[in-house]
Amino acid sequence: MELLLVILIGVLYAAGIYLMFRRSMVRLLLGLILLGNGANLLIFLMGDIAKGKPPIIKAGASVFTDVYADPVPQSLILTAIVISFGLQSFAIILLKRIYLLTGSDDLDTLNTHDKDI
Amino acid sequence: MNSIILKTASSYLLPLLLMFSVFILLRGHSLSGGGFVGGLVASIAFVLHAFAHGFDKARAIFRTNPGFLIPVGLFLCFIMGAVPTFFGAPFMKGLWLEKSIPGIGHIGTALFFDIGVFIVVIGVTLTILFTISESDMEQEEV
Amino acid sequence: MIDNFIILPVLVHMFTAIIAIFFWQKVNIQRVISILGSSIGLVLSLKLFLKTQGTGILTMQAGDWQAPFGITFVSDTFSSVLVLLTGIVAISVSLFSTAAVSTNRIRYGYFAIFHFLIMGLNGAFLTGDIFNLYVWFEIVIISSFVLMTLGGRKPQMEGAIKYVAMNMLASIIFLTAIGILYGITGSLNMADLAVKVAQIENRGLVNVTGLLFFVGFGIKSAVFPLYFWLPSSYHTPPSSIAALFGGLLTKVGIYAMFRIFTLIFVPDHFMMNLFIIVAIMTLVTGALGAISKNSMRRMFSYLIVCHIGYFIAGLGLFTEIAIAGAIFYLIHDIIVKTNLFLVSGIIYKARGSTDLRRLGGFYKDYPKLSILFAIVLFSLAGIPPLSGFWPKINLFQATLTANSFILILALIFASFITLYLIAKIWLEVFWKGLPKGDIEKGDEFEDLPGEKKFVLILPVVSLAAVSIFIGFGAEYVMKISQKIAVEMIDTQPYIHAVLGDLLSK
Repeated sequence: MELLLVILIGVLYAAGIYLMFRRSMVRLLLGLILLGNGANLLIFLMGDIAKGKPPIIKAGASVFTDVYADPVPQSLILTAIVISFGLQSFAIILLKRIYLLTGSDDLDTLNTHDKDI
Repeated sequence: MNSIILKTASSYLLPLLLMFSVFILLRGHSLSGGGFVGGLVASIAFVLHAFAHGFDKARAIFRTNPGFLIPVGLFLCFIMGAVPTFFGAPFMKGLWLEKSIPGIGHIGTALFFDIGVFIVVIGVTLTILFTISESDMEQEEV
Repeated sequence: MIDNFIILPVLVHMFTAIIAIFFWQKVNIQRVISILGSSIGLVLSLKLFLKTQGTGILTMQAGDWQAPFGITFVSDTFSSVLVLLTGIVAISVSLFSTAAVSTNRIRYGYFAIFHFLIMGLNGAFLTGDIFNLYVWFEIVIISSFVLMTLGGRKPQMEGAIKYVAMNMLASIIFLTAIGILYGITGSLNMADLAVKVAQIENRGLVNVTGLLFFVGFGIKSAVFPLYFWLPSSYHTPPSSIAALFGGLLTKVGIYAMFRIFTLIFVPDHFMMNLFIIVAIMTLVTGALGAISKNSMRRMFSYLIVCHIGYFIAGLGLFTEIAIAGAIFYLIHDIIVKTNLFLVSGIIYKARGSTDLRRLGGFYKDYPKLSILFAIVLFSLAGIPPLSGFWPKINLFQATLTANSFILILALIFASFITLYLIAKIWLEVFWKGLPKGDIEKGDEFEDLPGEKKFVLILPVVSLAAVSIFIGFGAEYVMKISQKIAVEMIDTQPYIHAVLGDLLSK
């Protein structure tokens, strides 16, 4: 399971960066979303994949003796997902505005600034 | 979308989903759930209605501008965060009533904080969705 | 000790923002609320600074969850100084915005977002938890996205897309670095991390994680070779927003870098060399970029990049003198860069352009204002006794002691180019006659009612007064900077203040 997730994280990062290098604005956004998901999965993997092992110390013991599912990374991911929800909806509306202004999805149409106003 | 099944179903689903969202909100303290998920479910109820009947109808059901919910919810959260400071506790500490009220249960600042989050999430999500749908119409006019 | 006072500078701006949203359509009420909120914020941050000076490092555990498990807020000298500077910049920009920002922008929530941005900055400076730092960063960048695109015209959108894409990428890299750091240490509290990272035997892994943090913060603070988004976006929004960005946004990246690399990842030989190389390249490329521009605001954008090099150099040398110099420079830079963009806003209002070729005759029309602007411009260049001069002595001295001659050449080059550009701006904008036939519109500044002129000029005057104070009261500021540098080199007091009894057990 860990190995599968590691490969998946690698694929998500690679695909995200590849998409970011394209000229299309939608692909840029998709790339950022994939990268964000990759980062979230990475944090998830850091908390140990342990099924049915809640982080509760057994009665009588004072420390964990077994592998347990760390709750901290899961709450971190939750926060990160909420944040990326906000960022992505902002980015979608921004792209929409740009599309309405320029009528194009190509990032190169946005390079008019060399006139040095 | 113009489907009679969806239209009929969504008018029954709207109150059901809203009730479900409140259920999720309230069970959130020690079980999975809470203000954020509850708020999302509630806004999905309106989105489903909007899919079936159009965004204008959904906005009409909502009556006020959903954007107004954002400061209300934030304000509630802020107050609930600040309440413990009057009792000499650090900001955001969860304070609970010592006795539970019969029929309602244990009440604390965390509950109202979650309700604040619930309201903010509904406000934000619906504002985002209504904004996106509005610019859709603009585009069609162009 | 329970001390809720620490997060009051954060809460005040949050409260102001919420109240401002309630008055969404009432422009004048929002203006008053914003000025009130910023003034209270300034007073509170000043009190926090004095309190930190008096009693030492203050801590507060949010929600009463003890460190290292809960979120800790820490106010040491470095944090409280930056919160104080943020307060000064906030009140100035808030005053300036009441006259400079159009009612349309205010109706779209300019002031609410402005206060959320300041809240995020204060939170980032005060937090002692690395994931919490990420959350504050996100609040800052989301607010800055909105401010950058508000009322968007095409050039603004062009700047915004680069800004948004690069900053989102930086956040993801930062998040990845946090994930890996949590994986190898199992903690998020910065003081706890400082203890745990020092014990890790696999230094390679630690260095790689440190580099990820460096890339993430490097994009945000615009160091070579990751700075290109800054000059192509900072000139597009209105001057009050650009002032806020130029003064504070890149500096929050610098703050995070200083915090992380002095507390958690104490740089080894390799990292120090890397910092110095990056500093040299940032200084040189930023200076060269600034020469090639004819628009004042583009020039200032490149100068922001160029001067980031000074901070990185201070971090790379990693001696007490160098860090004290860099911190002093940071204090000076926040005030002066904000003021520069405000000044360029007033000049734009008066002349309808920021292009040097189409400006001129400012001294003839506004002799008093010109003298005021001269103070701002020449304190950036570091003409003694104005504020930019003193920290450079420290940096040069530290560089000489470290025998890195290329760095000292780069530092001198950057200072020289800054001086040259300031002289050029002075000649072109203030002394040269106004070029004929090129003016499309009249002098909008002249036509403004008296009270509007007053609120536009007052922030410039007060920021100039602060920078004169930094120049003449250099001894005091240097003492504070040295105190910060000492706290950075010896982090035991910080760790002890946060973890307290836990360490002795």
